[in-house]
Amino acid sequence: MEFYVISLLNSLVFGMLLFMLSSGLTLIFGMMGVLNFAHASFYMLGAYFAFQISQFAGFWTALVIAPILIGLLGAAVERFGLRTVHKHGHVAELLFTFGLAFMIEELILLIWGRVALNYQVPSSLDFTIFRLFESDFPVYRLFMLAISVFIFVVLYLLLTKTRTGIIIQASLTHPEGVGMLGHNVPRIFMLVFGGGSALAGLAGVIGGNYLMTSPSMAILLGPIVFVVIVIGGMGSLTGALIASLLIATLQTFAVGYDYSLIDLLAVFNIELGPEPWFPDLWRIKVENTGPLLPYLLMVIMLILRPKGIMGERES
Amino acid sequence: MTHEIALNLVDVHKSFGESQIIRGIDLAVEKGERHAIIGPNGAGKSTVFNLISGYYPLSDGKIELNDQVINGLEPFQINRLGLSRSFQVTNLFSRLSVFENVRCALLWSAGYKYSFWQLVGQQKQLNEKTKEIVDQFNMSHRSQTPVGELSYAEQRALEIGITVAGGAEVILLDEPTAGMSHSETEQAVDLMKFVSEGKTLVVVEHDMGVVFDLADRISVLVYGKIIATDTPDKIRSNKSVQEAYLGQLEEV
Amino acid sequence: MLKRYGVWIAAALILVILPQIFDSGFAITMLSEMCIAIIFALSYNMLLGQGGMLSFGHAVFYGFGGFISIHAINVVNDGGVPIPLELIPLVGGLAGFIFAIPLGYISTKKAGTTFALISLGLVELVVACVLLFPSFFGGEEGVSGDRMLEFSLTGVGFGSGIEVFYLIAFWLIVTSALMYLQTQTPLGRMANAVRDNPERAPFVGYNIHLVRFFQFSLSGFFAGIAGGLLAINYEIVNSEMIGAAASGHVLLMTYIGGVGHFFGPILGAILYTFLHLTLVNITMAGQIYLGVLFIVIILWAPNGMAGIIMVHRPLWQAGLIRGLLPHYLVALAAGLVVFFGAMILVEINYHLSLSIEPDNPIRLFGVEFKANSWPPWIVSIGLILVGFFLLRPIMKNIRLKWDELTREMQKGKFA
Repeated sequence: MEFYVISLLNSLVFGMLLFMLSSGLTLIFGMMGVLNFAHASFYMLGAYFAFQISQFAGFWTALVIAPILIGLLGAAVERFGLRTVHKHGHVAELLFTFGLAFMIEELILLIWGRVALNYQVPSSLDFTIFRLFESDFPVYRLFMLAISVFIFVVLYLLLTKTRTGIIIQASLTHPEGVGMLGHNVPRIFMLVFGGGSALAGLAGVIGGNYLMTSPSMAILLGPIVFVVIVIGGMGSLTGALIASLLIATLQTFAVGYDYSLIDLLAVFNIELGPEPWFPDLWRIKVENTGPLLPYLLMVIMLILRPKGIMGERES
Repeated sequence: MTHEIALNLVDVHKSFGESQIIRGIDLAVEKGERHAIIGPNGAGKSTVFNLISGYYPLSDGKIELNDQVINGLEPFQINRLGLSRSFQVTNLFSRLSVFENVRCALLWSAGYKYSFWQLVGQQKQLNEKTKEIVDQFNMSHRSQTPVGELSYAEQRALEIGITVAGGAEVILLDEPTAGMSHSETEQAVDLMKFVSEGKTLVVVEHDMGVVFDLADRISVLVYGKIIATDTPDKIRSNKSVQEAYLGQLEEV
Repeated sequence: MLKRYGVWIAAALILVILPQIFDSGFAITMLSEMCIAIIFALSYNMLLGQGGMLSFGHAVFYGFGGFISIHAINVVNDGGVPIPLELIPLVGGLAGFIFAIPLGYISTKKAGTTFALISLGLVELVVACVLLFPSFFGGEEGVSGDRMLEFSLTGVGFGSGIEVFYLIAFWLIVTSALMYLQTQTPLGRMANAVRDNPERAPFVGYNIHLVRFFQFSLSGFFAGIAGGLLAINYEIVNSEMIGAAASGHVLLMTYIGGVGHFFGPILGAILYTFLHLTLVNITMAGQIYLGVLFIVIILWAPNGMAGIIMVHRPLWQAGLIRGLLPHYLVALAAGLVVFFGAMILVEINYHLSLSIEPDNPIRLFGVEFKANSWPPWIVSIGLILVGFFLLRPIMKNIRLKWDELTREMQKGKFA
């Protein structure tokens, strides 16, 4: 019981963090058709900026300033980089963001070095909020959850209650509808790109001290975020939410089971010989499959339902 | 006298979401016939082509090609059964040359499939056939030009060339003369007459001059329904056609 | 005859002569790596350039080719099957091909951006498997083998680097000729057609999924051969070879070389390998320079080095290229000013963040200075700004001159 409750809470925290990342990516993709390869790099930059700012202005300032800086950076990237390559098509845009991701990682190595930063949870949030059965539940996780739910609500309101938001939302399912934006298309693209980047930056600010702030954090999380939007359905926000929670739950729960295929066979009273075929395969324990699961899920999804959970359009 | 039916649409419906675009079409195109579909903008003419060629799935009804049901098949399967179509917006292999474009259009019908063991340069028959088609379309001097660099009229002509190259028995042309000048249109009509010799041609066209010059029979499509199918003369004098579609016919 | 095969004969001759001139151990290593990189990059261009498929996971097939080859070498050494070393790359190629079939079938259902995403997911899937299947992938340290097999077709022992180089060079000629010929086949042509217009291709009778799928599988075959050659060259294969980083490298080298022409990836592989191996010895910031090169190419020369060469061909043939040279030299000088400024900036930052003693002086171009003092910062930023201000009018001049020469050339044509 304890395991289930704690794991569920943790899944929710991690899932909402994933959604904060994947929502920005999905919005950018749905609107502009651009797959921003550097999205996870903005997440990483968010953590690094937050660390740097919190050194002299404290965590709370960083929480506000860092995402804004990342948002501005994103807008600049759209304005001065993407717009230049736009005429060469989506593949060129993707390549550009790939090069950008590569450069951001190298620049982070250049400025902050190779080792993980000591970016920590602020002391004001570093205590246990409640004990559940035998485990402590740190308040910071609750804080992360609160922030991401807050962002989710704000995003929802922006997209359903404002004119620009409604057009943005409509253009997710009907990309040709972007034309209805009239003369403001480039500005709205910049806004969406900057906003999406800011969301990624915010995820970095609150995730960097919870997970780890190191030059590999983009590479570790980035592919999972991409898988989220494939599984959720390209350009679908609801799909991204479901897929984020699904993947987070799978990964969190997998850690708790140390069964392997040998154990499964034992249930049916089957015993493997001393030298079975593919010896590794039978010995793999569920708890070690965490990194594999999102990608396995993606493959299964592509075979069964190539459009993704909520996808309405083909690529 | 009974005629064989090449293309047969029975009670074809198509909706996008809530809106019904095609509201029950019956159309039988005879073998060897030149058939034109006319109608006001937004009547669903291009949609009909997209349904026939398998580009969109049907909402209801059925489509037969030579008595074989083809709705539900993929576009490439329908093409292999002998139906070919052109596009309203020029739709070529943009970075390839004129010659390459035509050759690509010939490859499947010439039986090369997905071969990666034959060199196209050494296929004598294939290249002669390609050259023949390029010549037919008066483009020998442009043979090696990437199609992206052709003039608009040349691209439109090549669009027809690619459509007929594979030797399909049933040819659908979607506004082949759109955007052409008067003399270019005349040439294009001659071209269409020539390439559709002995074949079944269905053409969507706005230019009434072209339609009445080319077509054996005309169908009038208004708001997703065919209101009349008949010979050009009878269409001209048809009351309901005049009501629905007056202005443009009087110009002719 | 000579015109048709001349390039290939010349390439073979160069490959025979090069290791005789550059015969140091480092040079042979570099030449071998270049040849392998060329095969790998050409196989990658079968996807990106020929088929319009941007893959972030091509190293999977390269890696599988390597792992299966090294296992094959070990099996041969254990007396399992008698395969001569000369044919081991073929084993790698088959491995790449066989793995490309299921992965390709899934991913080629989609094109464009979604295809790219899926390729990334698949490479991560394989990387996640590396730790779960240690007896195949050898865990962290990888799998090693001894390439000096009992069986040999040629009687060569392959004990020395140069013997291995000639084996690699042989396979380079064979595979690049095959890949070139593949572009001339119906499948190769249709891959181009599907790349240019996936909407139209079905209406000339082709199933675009299958066109992409076959193209993808063949590309996996050649990537596997490159992987097999790498396994032979280093006698060890580890998980680095199969991951996203290796896939990124092949993307970078292919794109820098130019995807639009067959010889583009060859140029790219040579330059990239050269820079990669030499920069590693000179500076810690090697990756940054390669990244900058990549971004510059994407922004201003989307057809890569090959594209730059090919746009100059008409002017060259018309004998007008000389008019541009002085302008290019001036632009080069201004570009170098920017480059040096940026380089000083990068190097002092690396020194400050990565070296053990940031207070120690740093040496650049024989000048010694302290990285944490302000003059080098001012100098470097100053150089960058000055260079940029110079470059703007220079580039404008080049464009004017270019237009002028093009007009002249066209006049010449009709005159």
